[in-house]
Amino acid sequence: MKVLLKNAYAVDPQVELNSQYDILIEDGIIKRVEKQISEKVDEMIDLKGCVIVPAFADVHVHLREPGREDEETIATGINAAMAGGFTALCCMPNTEPAIDCAEVVTFIKDRSANSLVDVFPIGAVTKRREGKELALLGEMAEAGVVGFSDDGNAISNSQLVRYAFEYSSMFDLPIIEHCEDPSLTVNGVMNESINSTILGLPPHPSLAEVLIALRDVAILKYCGGKLHLAHISAKETVEVLRNAKKEKLNVTGEVTPHHFSLTDDAVKSYDTNTKVNPPLRTQSDVDALIEGLKDGTIDVISSDHAPHSIEEKEWEFIYAPFGMIGLETSVALTLTKLYHTKILSLEEIIYKMSINPRKIFNLPKATIQPDKTANLTILNLDMEWIVDKFSFKSKSINTPFHGWKLKGKVIGVLNNQKMCLNEQLKIIK
Amino acid sequence: MPLSSRHLLGLYGLPKSDIKLILDTAKSFREIIERPIKKVPTLQGKTVVNLFFESSTRTRISFELAEKRLSADVLNFSASTSSLTKGETLKDTVRNIEAMKIDMVVIRHSAAGSPHYLTTLIDANVINAGDGSHEHPTQALLDMYTIREKLGKIEGVNVCIVGDIAHSRVAMSNIFGLLTMGANVAVCGPKTMIPRDLEKLGVNCFTNIDDAIKFSDVLNILRIQLERGAAVNFPSLREYHRLYGITKERLLKNKKDVLIMHPGPINRGVELSSDIADSSNSVILEQVTNGVAIRMAVLYLIGTRIEEEK
Ligand SMILES: [Zn+2]
Repeated sequence: MKVLLKNAYAVDPQVELNSQYDILIEDGIIKRVEKQISEKVDEMIDLKGCVIVPAFADVHVHLREPGREDEETIATGINAAMAGGFTALCCMPNTEPAIDCAEVVTFIKDRSANSLVDVFPIGAVTKRREGKELALLGEMAEAGVVGFSDDGNAISNSQLVRYAFEYSSMFDLPIIEHCEDPSLTVNGVMNESINSTILGLPPHPSLAEVLIALRDVAILKYCGGKLHLAHISAKETVEVLRNAKKEKLNVTGEVTPHHFSLTDDAVKSYDTNTKVNPPLRTQSDVDALIEGLKDGTIDVISSDHAPHSIEEKEWEFIYAPFGMIGLETSVALTLTKLYHTKILSLEEIIYKMSINPRKIFNLPKATIQPDKTANLTILNLDMEWIVDKFSFKSKSINTPFHGWKLKGKVIGVLNNQKMCLNEQLKIIK
Repeated sequence: MPLSSRHLLGLYGLPKSDIKLILDTAKSFREIIERPIKKVPTLQGKTVVNLFFESSTRTRISFELAEKRLSADVLNFSASTSSLTKGETLKDTVRNIEAMKIDMVVIRHSAAGSPHYLTTLIDANVINAGDGSHEHPTQALLDMYTIREKLGKIEGVNVCIVGDIAHSRVAMSNIFGLLTMGANVAVCGPKTMIPRDLEKLGVNCFTNIDDAIKFSDVLNILRIQLERGAAVNFPSLREYHRLYGITKERLLKNKKDVLIMHPGPINRGVELSSDIADSSNSVILEQVTNGVAIRMAVLYLIGTRIEEEK
């Protein structure tokens, strides 16, 4: 089947593409990228006013299946990803059972097979994520995990961290660390600041994040391996990453849209949708995260999409679970907060949301070139819209962004011989 | 002039005019308390629920007395958060009692923000009787009332709160209210008990008790409680007494005639020695009486707002 995307603005810094082009796709493969294509095709789509970019990948999501299918399933997560502009997801292993052996990896791969979105499991570092013994890293590597993490917790035993780096390096896979020293965050629910004092909420200090980041960088330096710092939230952690990169260590880092879009002022309403781990920080942290994105210290923007049921989020703030969903607001928040404010160019955003995450986690490449898979995201950069959590494809609605006006909307995605345009999925084989 | 809000959730951000109104209203109720017949019909026909998820006999009795003296119908509901499933407690309990057509809820809960959460669940007016380490507004109002009665003013008075500030809702409500009323506010305690960045609010932080005494016209002494495990932020009660206990010698040494307040119950020999607790400097028992007047004032002012809402 031949599909012709007409009049779109195509941007791909990998091939220095930045102009209006027509793109001819045949059976899911890009055939021609030219100024003007007139050819008899099965479907012609006029994308005037839209931008086509290499498809985005979200390398930090919680899909909740197996175990909490009431909150999200692999299928609903995939739908949310398509609506949110992503064609690749890396899903965290804190499921029930945890992704700590080949069977669970295979289960997830099977459940997501033949969909537009590629789903890549991340394996647990330790058995059952208990932080006691190494999980079956080799077996999971063979089954196709793209990294290892005990996300939700840091690995608190330093010897295990050392083993994890040494062992995972044999498969050239990164360790994704959730940086939090648990002894500093007992009962902690929000950033330690004057706001936690005013609200009387137990503090969760940035020190807990920085300490583990420093420790992991030191271990990495000592024994090698590959480290990816998940959801960096504190200014000091940005500095740790910056210094580690100066030393040419094999370390990368990510930030979530909520950590650069909100401060702990958002907690003042006691809205449990603002309860995330790591917690929302202060304006000076937000400024440092943005600086880190600008100077290249922070490589990746990922959502840490963490669905929770309404019932669980309706608890008192100290009892409610940590986490907010992000797949369907991530791109628009990034465009609103970073692109339209001229902090990042569209090319830089493509690096943070497509090129870098795909490279770090060795995911399928996305590029706008003839003979490559049509793995594309279509955006309308200037369209304004109001976030309506009730229209989300995700099974959960725990977002603090409901009612926000955002600028920049995902129009569609293409991948694996499928196209999802304006939320209509179509096979284009 | 009515209160600016239909709930009393805390003193943070509460306008000076509201605090003044509550204190002035409490003064007239304080007079009623001294009469042989202490009851007024102000809240006749109104139902007030005392919703206590954390045991506190003293605060509950004070509220109950205030409610009964205003002729309200009173319902007491106590539940320990541990015996029920965490979050469901508040939501389900509250939905149930609201079906009983109630007008006001006085809530005490171990989770900060519970009174705010409650306002999203029900239409009744909510009064915070203490939520976690967040606020205990009526306690701070009665403390301010006592200061005003004893010293004739609040503005410009030097008040120091001594104890575990980081885990004290009494301290926080006092800090917010006193700052709004123009007092000079200080805290004193070991560094582990003082929240980070507290100075940003405009509070002096002392770690030396003699410095704190020299500063103060009023010392508000908090009860020191023993926690367990790593949560212990000081080595022992004995050491606390040694470093921060208020004793007669200590006051004499600093040649200081200060007003001694304490929200009770006192740990004699720990934060406060008996000779001081029972001395003429101490206004601890008056605080208790003033507490009833303050709670009557709050209930009255919020209760009369209900009429205006209708
Ligand atoms: Zn995490």
